Amino acid sequence: MTGYVLRRLWQSAVVLLGVSVLVFAIMQLVPGDPIRLALGTRFDPDTYEALRARSGLDDSVPVQYVNWITSALTGDLGVSFRSGETVTSLIIERLPATLSLAGGAILVAILIAVPLGTLSALRPRSPVDWFATLSSQAGLSVPDFWLGIMFILIFAGTLGWLPSAGYTPLFEDPLGWAQHLLLPAVTAGVGSGSILTRFVRSSVLEAIGQDHVRTARAKGMRAGDVLRWHVLRNALVPFVTVGGVQLAYLLSGVVIVEYVFAYQGLGQLAFQAVQSRDYPVLQGAVLLFAVIFLVINLIVDLTYARLDPRISYRSSR
Amino acid sequence: MSIEESAETPPVTRQHRPRWLETLTLLARNPLAIAAVVVLAGLVFAALLAESIVPRDDIFTPDIANRLQAPSGEHWFGTDELGRDVFARVLAGAEVSLRVGAVAVGISLTAGVVVGLLAGYFGRWVDDTLMRVMDVLFAFPALLMAIAVLAILGAGSTNAMIAIGIVYTPIFARITRASVLSVREEVYVRAARSAGAGNVRIIVRHVLPNVTAPIIVQTSISLAFAILSEAALSFVGLGTQPPDPSWGRMLSEGRGFIEQAWWMAVFPGAAIFVTVLAFNVLGDALRDVLDPRQRSAMKGVGA
Repeated sequence: MTGYVLRRLWQSAVVLLGVSVLVFAIMQLVPGDPIRLALGTRFDPDTYEALRARSGLDDSVPVQYVNWITSALTGDLGVSFRSGETVTSLIIERLPATLSLAGGAILVAILIAVPLGTLSALRPRSPVDWFATLSSQAGLSVPDFWLGIMFILIFAGTLGWLPSAGYTPLFEDPLGWAQHLLLPAVTAGVGSGSILTRFVRSSVLEAIGQDHVRTARAKGMRAGDVLRWHVLRNALVPFVTVGGVQLAYLLSGVVIVEYVFAYQGLGQLAFQAVQSRDYPVLQGAVLLFAVIFLVINLIVDLTYARLDPRISYRSSR
Repeated sequence: MSIEESAETPPVTRQHRPRWLETLTLLARNPLAIAAVVVLAGLVFAALLAESIVPRDDIFTPDIANRLQAPSGEHWFGTDELGRDVFARVLAGAEVSLRVGAVAVGISLTAGVVVGLLAGYFGRWVDDTLMRVMDVLFAFPALLMAIAVLAILGAGSTNAMIAIGIVYTPIFARITRASVLSVREEVYVRAARSAGAGNVRIIVRHVLPNVTAPIIVQTSISLAFAILSEAALSFVGLGTQPPDPSWGRMLSEGRGFIEQAWWMAVFPGAAIFVTVLAFNVLGDALRDVLDPRQRSAMKGVGA
């Protein structure tokens, strides 16, 4: 187990190093002078020189990389070409919005997946099962940006129940926070919910077939208790993995949903950075997303190791 | 030929039909798969013939007098803010979506399968190096990675194909490698090696043909995601550029007129949905048929 943990940590460190090189390369690969491009029509020599000196673009590339990565490790991701604010402060400002959205979306996904997946596994080939299969296929295929627009059309436009855009911080106005969160969270949660539904279905089906479930039934345990103690508990272990991966995906995959709802989160920040050629912000956001993804995957793998002692790590890599 | 002769030498009959024929036969038993194939055939047809079916003027030429018309007998899907026929543009958009999707998946398929074959077959440092590079690519959220690539390369449908192609390479590499690992130690591979076959020959003749099933399944599923990604990139303005009709682009234009002209957003989005759904359903059906465990179960039930 310790060996596995160490190897997994080492692997993540290597991948993280690669990720940092690739993110660093964004600035190097941009054709032309990134600062000149970013300033565009607002070009004035003083700002240009100041930004150039601060971003260290006159150093050799390896020196630039080492400077960038050592600063990044201390939480300094540079300065926005546009606003002059530090990238770290911009990210921290946007983080709560994206965390709310990802959290809301995974909640929606679980609320869809657990009941629907369990019901369809308990009644294979029944209408419920058909409905679950078809709706999860549909949920997986529907473009989230289109779904978002349709929700806006129906719930914000025609019915006028919910706001169509924006974000309100939780502590300023809890009701406004929830109202602004609902449509984006459902939009983002449908895709993950579909993936998880299939997953819950197959792992419940597998758990039902186990001998201990038959024994529990044979000794007269109530159906609800069998489901709770013998089926769902066993089905939960793989669910943690897939659920964790979905959360990682949602934290970083909500760029489009944030765009549709003009929701001021990290994805929107990254997207605005692309449009305004604000490369330090883009680098910071992309790096953060990749780190989040790696860390969650690492945690998921290690949790999995704790939850299911049957797994042999000698063979896995 | 006399009767005695034919009795002495019985005609040679093949016990086994070719595998692909068997696959198709099993696939044809799944009504959902047939529906998906019909839809996809229709789309390919629309993509190839859009400009012969609908007048080119309907796709490109503004007709301000007829702007924002609701769906009617004349304009099935209504008209957009420049008076262009939405049905004609959706039909023409099939070409863009399918082309970008196919080229992008072609890129990731080729790159990913080569990487997976090399990593799985040679193992050791080749495996470690290649797969760590794939892990690095895999660590980025797909769409964000594509957006970052387009931030460097510049917007446009060609660059979108490259960006999407890069993003989906690791998944093909992983799937191929996993299958190669199990095939590598098979008797026929060892036999080929002891018979003196070189690495290239073994990979091409003995390994590759035996790892195609999961790759075929993944191709169908990746086409779904590539089309979805192209639409998303065009939706945010980084993919296909105007005036070319692209479903994602049309959707983003329709968003601005959502209150006056719902049809501008509804129909292009529905086209994306149906296409992606068809590829996903086909991918699932292919998996059922190509997965050996499922296959024997289906054969037991049917013929």
